[in-house]
Amino acid sequence: MAEFERNWRQVATDLNAIVDARFVIDDRETLRPYECDGLSVYREMPRLVVLPESVEQVCAVMAYCHRERIPVVVRGAGTSLSAGAMPHAEGIVLSMAKFTRVIEIDPASRLARVECGVRNLAISEAAAAHGLYYAPDPSSQIACTIGGNVAENSGGVHCLKYGLTVHNVLQATLVSVEGEQLTVGGAGLDSCGLDLLALVIGSEGMLGVVTDVTVKLLPRLPAARVVLGAFDDVERAGEAVSRIIGAGIIPAGLEMMDHLAIVAAEDYVRAGYPVDAQALLLCELDGSEAEVEESTRRVADLLREQGATGVQVSRTDAERELFWKGRKCAFPAIGRISPDYYCMDGTIPRHQLSLVLREMREMSERFGLRVANVFHAGDGNLHPLILFDESVPGELEQAEAFGAAILELCVKAGGCITGEHGVGMEKIRQVPLQFSEGELTQLGLIKLAFDAGELLNPGKGIPILKRCQEYRSLERQAPPPGAAA
Amino acid sequence: MADRAEELSGRVRQAAAAASPVRIVGHDTKAFMGRRAAGAVVSTAGHTGLIEYEPTELVVAARSGTPLAELQDMLQQHGQWLGCEPPDFGGATLGGTLACNQSGPARPWLGSIRDHVLGVRLVNGRGEHLRFGGRVMKNVAGYDVSRLQAGAMGTLGLITEVTLRVFPLPEYRATAVLAVDAGAALEIMSDESRKGGPLDGACWVDGRLYLRYSGFEAAVTERLRQRGGETLQQDSAFWTGLREQQQDFFAGDAPLWRISCRSAAAHAGEGGWLLDWGGAQRWLRGAREWPGLQSLAEGMDGQLSLFRGGDREGEVLHPRTPAQKRLHLALKQTFDPQGIFNPGRLFSWM
Repeated sequence: MAEFERNWRQVATDLNAIVDARFVIDDRETLRPYECDGLSVYREMPRLVVLPESVEQVCAVMAYCHRERIPVVVRGAGTSLSAGAMPHAEGIVLSMAKFTRVIEIDPASRLARVECGVRNLAISEAAAAHGLYYAPDPSSQIACTIGGNVAENSGGVHCLKYGLTVHNVLQATLVSVEGEQLTVGGAGLDSCGLDLLALVIGSEGMLGVVTDVTVKLLPRLPAARVVLGAFDDVERAGEAVSRIIGAGIIPAGLEMMDHLAIVAAEDYVRAGYPVDAQALLLCELDGSEAEVEESTRRVADLLREQGATGVQVSRTDAERELFWKGRKCAFPAIGRISPDYYCMDGTIPRHQLSLVLREMREMSERFGLRVANVFHAGDGNLHPLILFDESVPGELEQAEAFGAAILELCVKAGGCITGEHGVGMEKIRQVPLQFSEGELTQLGLIKLAFDAGELLNPGKGIPILKRCQEYRSLERQAPPPGAAA
Repeated sequence: MADRAEELSGRVRQAAAAASPVRIVGHDTKAFMGRRAAGAVVSTAGHTGLIEYEPTELVVAARSGTPLAELQDMLQQHGQWLGCEPPDFGGATLGGTLACNQSGPARPWLGSIRDHVLGVRLVNGRGEHLRFGGRVMKNVAGYDVSRLQAGAMGTLGLITEVTLRVFPLPEYRATAVLAVDAGAALEIMSDESRKGGPLDGACWVDGRLYLRYSGFEAAVTERLRQRGGETLQQDSAFWTGLREQQQDFFAGDAPLWRISCRSAAAHAGEGGWLLDWGGAQRWLRGAREWPGLQSLAEGMDGQLSLFRGGDREGEVLHPRTPAQKRLHLALKQTFDPQGIFNPGRLFSWM
């Protein structure tokens, strides 16, 4: 990227004129924690980390970097699981950690406007006094920020009923790569013109810097219960999921774990899971007392009809939380039985589940690595956890190859390479599995429409084909659109 | 049931080669929307048919010219529906409904067609037939080109296929009616929404507030009892009339204005208003001037559009800021470098 040696000391001096000198980090020791995000096998040291304190400072930093052609990687809490926040070797990290203000809670309109660095869970905490909460709940919700959620279109375990980030965000303030501020979306439900908000959500920090976000708040429902269903066969558990949905019930959460995940989770948190089961379903129903009673009864009956070897319904909120705890701790639980694990994130049409799991078992033997599965069964989002040992030479590479094969399998089954973790740096090579050259060109052109110099999070998300820059210079000569009107 | 995608792509390539504008239509039921636009008509009307429907996956995919009514009938046979409850306007197609981002009374609670679209295929202005999104609910690879089509009114491409998430039909529905003024109605709508549960319609018109509850019969009945007020007989006629804009409020030629705003924004006072979507969508009838109404909308943290009637040569959508406008034009350029798709339909400058 850099065809000349940049004077980084000068850059630091220039940025000090915009941002308080304490918040321009340039010593290696303090830079070190920024070298990776939640996917720590990918590392790169940034040249500088800048922590602006106001939107005006963000605008000025962006304008400066744009003028000087300095790559910028925007960072929230650094919990990305796809190396989306991994620094650029010749760029700066723009940390939004100081944007932690809850600007407004409007209980009557059921919305909250918060700065981008507010943690996901903190929104729900701020809204709790009004009986409201923010629905998307990625498992990192204690730490991850709403700005990062917007960048990744984060999901969680309640997506089937309550949607992803894109369904729960109304408006965002965006700073463009040139350092100009604009609003995308609106405080109402629909907005006029092109839906720029939809493009920004899930764009992995490649289109602009989000500085504040207006989210929808939902009412906390009076009742919720979890039905646990144990099965001696994964396929039968998958069939039970289809039956629940076919019966017209949309559970708040619908999760599946396979044998290895069940055993690891039970060993870790003692949630009362049946360790001899091959598959475990967790089905959460919420609503009024009357609704929950009715739907719980129906789901429990369906699970029994489908041949569940055991069905338990949570009797108290404490028990419900315990049932969930096993699932929510599945990743660290796997971490206890293996020195390292690699978490994948493909989505498949649910009816392909048994095929995909069967092929995955074969691959597991072929690659010589164990795999545990936790599955957002309601929406088809699969999280295979590949167990490996980084200290064994070649095992990391083997795990990565296994992971790539799983993603290929997901696309073959009619699904996609990432359901909620994003492409980032990690899956950039797999993107062409899912898109043709024409589609990649169109996506690349969208990127260039926002960021012609490819300064925002370069090298992530979408491989920019050479064709894109050619089209851009070629088609610029064409008459402007709308000239005929 | 015919796949005309090849033919449609060919029409686009011809138009692109000649740099001559096309006006994309389905059944042209929403010709009244947007600005008046010139161009040779290219119709998706013959491009129909179901591509995939898996009731237990809650996913349906169909060609863009498929009539909404056909799709709804089929879903209904499996106890499902498009939760966004889009208007039919006498024969709407799936593609047109997405392009115009049309949703009905249930929208605040179940989401819009923009929320429910999972994937599209479209022909861009280079005549390339491309696929974006997919058939699964969670998919974050690539930019969300599918949702970008919602409300773009065909200015970015000719949509050939749409994949949507669908919803189970509620088992039971009932509507409560209360005689209250608009201010009280807004408060009640907000309180009801904050309770959660089976509410999926909330509209105030002509001194009456209509609240629709849907779900298990026991839960709906319980909620009706708590709410009080009179229960509306044959309530589906009311909600259909609202969705299709066939109620008295919508009759006649007077311009129809729409404000999409914060749901609990204070009532704007005088004039003929209908409040829908729990207050988040407000309709106004009558000849009014843009500047006054625009600042009224902005005071409600909202956006104004001239939905039907009035001057269709001028702007009909809330103005974009210079920065927004630049991005609109830059995006348009990437999809449609010759500017052939529905020029001027959305904004005079695009």
